[in-house]
Amino acid sequence: MTTIDSNAVIEVSGLSFSYGSRDIIQLDEFQLTAGSSLAVLGPSGCGKTTLLHLLAGLLKPGSGSIRILGQDITGMSGAQLDRFRGRHIGMVFQRLFLMPALNVRQNIQLARQLSRQPRDDALINALLGQLGLTDFAQHKPRMLSQGQAQRVAIARALVHGPALVLADEPTSALDDGHARQALSLLRDSAEAVGAALVVVTHDQRIRGQLDSELEMEPLP
Amino acid sequence: MTWVRLALANLSLSPLTTAVNVLLMALGTASIVLLLLAGVQLAQTMSRDAEGIDLVVGAQGSPVQLVLSAVYHADVPPGNIRLEEAQRWADDPRVAAGIPLSLGDSFRGFRIVGTTPQYVELYGAQVTAGQIWNESMQAVLGSAVAQATGLGVGSTFAGAHGLVDGGHSHDSQLYRVVGVLAPTGNVIDRLVVTSLDSVWELHAEEAAHGHDDDHADEQDHAEEHDHDSAHDHDEHHDHDSEHGRDSEHDHHTEHDHDAEHDHDTEHDHHAEHDHEKEHDHVKEHDHEKEHDHEKEHDHDSHDDKAHDHDEEHADAHDHDEAHADHADHAHEEDLEITAMLLAYQTPLAAMSLPREINAAGALQAAAPALEISRVLQLVGVGMSALGAFAWVLVVTAALSIFAALYGSLRARRGELAMLRCLGATRTELLLYLVVEGLLMSVAGVTLGFVAGHGVMELVGIWLADTSGVVMTGWVWVPAETLLLLGLFAVGIISAIIPAVQAYRTDVARTLVEG
Repeated sequence: MTTIDSNAVIEVSGLSFSYGSRDIIQLDEFQLTAGSSLAVLGPSGCGKTTLLHLLAGLLKPGSGSIRILGQDITGMSGAQLDRFRGRHIGMVFQRLFLMPALNVRQNIQLARQLSRQPRDDALINALLGQLGLTDFAQHKPRMLSQGQAQRVAIARALVHGPALVLADEPTSALDDGHARQALSLLRDSAEAVGAALVVVTHDQRIRGQLDSELEMEPLP
Repeated sequence: MTWVRLALANLSLSPLTTAVNVLLMALGTASIVLLLLAGVQLAQTMSRDAEGIDLVVGAQGSPVQLVLSAVYHADVPPGNIRLEEAQRWADDPRVAAGIPLSLGDSFRGFRIVGTTPQYVELYGAQVTAGQIWNESMQAVLGSAVAQATGLGVGSTFAGAHGLVDGGHSHDSQLYRVVGVLAPTGNVIDRLVVTSLDSVWELHAEEAAHGHDDDHADEQDHAEEHDHDSAHDHDEHHDHDSEHGRDSEHDHHTEHDHDAEHDHDTEHDHHAEHDHEKEHDHVKEHDHEKEHDHEKEHDHDSHDDKAHDHDEEHADAHDHDEAHADHADHAHEEDLEITAMLLAYQTPLAAMSLPREINAAGALQAAAPALEISRVLQLVGVGMSALGAFAWVLVVTAALSIFAALYGSLRARRGELAMLRCLGATRTELLLYLVVEGLLMSVAGVTLGFVAGHGVMELVGIWLADTSGVVMTGWVWVPAETLLLLGLFAVGIISAIIPAVQAYRTDVARTLVEG
């Protein structure tokens, strides 16, 4: 019997997903509380990214439930999910997808706008300062280094005060030093805003860096 | 607002593509607007100039030519008619008013119109300086004439023979300006108006000295005119050519001026100044009623002193006496005008009067409203072709916008997926792409409307200087509202397919595939 933690940000139970007849994910349960972090590890093709998309509400599970802040997102309509995601979830990808037409400040501000939150320049300035981006606030993404751009993506994922931050292979393309730096930045930033963090990666350098780990294997 | 700003920012990423799309849309829009404004204002100008004129009675020939010459003063007249005959129709009970016009001279390219003060009243023209003429050789200037020539009340000028600049100048008798009219936006702005007597006296004087050369020039000019019934025109312009005289002579010899013979059908309709010849004629012939001669004869033919007619009617005509009687002024019955403008007493007159006048044989009746629509129909064919070309430009612009948006979709798939991750709904993505397409369309359409109206204003200024046609860019015609909506619809259509593609973005797959 599953015990529901009233402080849980995310609770997953009995989750399954398949592409046609091919089962991709079968997961009993896990949960995360605010400020905690989870590393989802496993080889390529084991369904890590699919799990992340399920947690973000980008895919619908075949069965099971995903409750975020007590709300089962699997029953939400498309528009409800979009709004919920915008308001409560922050996402960081290996490919950063910064808006090329907007500068650093505007890219970060956009996340607040789309989550229907009021403009907060003080918060953005604080984030820029915290991530060492103050001097680059007016720069367009093409003028940034990979590390700077990644920090912008992290700021964008945190600026609207999400309860859950999902990161997909945030360190795969980085060398050891930068990988360590990026992970600690992500973890510390999420912790600072009280968000639960889920990092999906096949990068073994992550092992032991977060609060808990979930190993996934390709299903037969 | 977020999406408009985002779309604007995105468009600024590819300024050249955006500029080309906007320019294409602007070119197409400007062309359509220009044609629309020109077409509507041309029709309005033509209708305004013909307001209050239900029928034009003139010499036989092309009805379009008659209306163009007598109402719009934009062509040479098909010929002259006898005032007496035209007056008969003006006095018809079905006619409310008749205004005679006598054309033939001009001043610095502006036509001099011999008429009655009712002509000024017809266009509601107010006298801003001086007064309306009350005796011969007094002239009143239209506003454009006064402005262009710099003449004012008290000035004198000599009219030039012919309707275009450069004709023989009537230096012996000068017009004196007694009044200047306020602008009306009508054809009268670019006319010099005077009494019928002025024109008759001037040409009686000129005829006494002889100006056959001028007539030859006029004929050349008339023949150069290219209109749809040029052959009609020429047929009725039996000027002083030998051929014309010979044939008329033969005719008179053969028929011996039978009363029943319809001479009027062969009446030599001079473009402008048959009455000069009329004067020659009256100098040579006795116009006693019993001969009823004038109604039957080609008057030009009587220029020829060796005319057989002289021999045939030697007993009946006392030429010397006639010459003495009409040395200074033509007999009332011999007076000619170029056209008579008629206003119906009742609309029912339109059913019978034109037909009766045309059936009478000697004269031609042309309804300006009908002829305007014919002219506009002809002009409309050209305008439609230009309009179609302009729409091709608009469609090209729409396709270009479509191509730009659709082409960028692949590169922007990740960006669009990210927007969904940040909380954008599918509908918002659709809106985003539509807004982006619309921004280019709106910019192009706005620029096109401004350019179209601007060019129309410039064309209007040029036309006012050169032809007096009133057109302006400072006008909004109702069809433009429809055009505006149509162009926005085109803009939306051009963006809708890329927008639907954005709407259908599979976020999960895009994030995986990149």
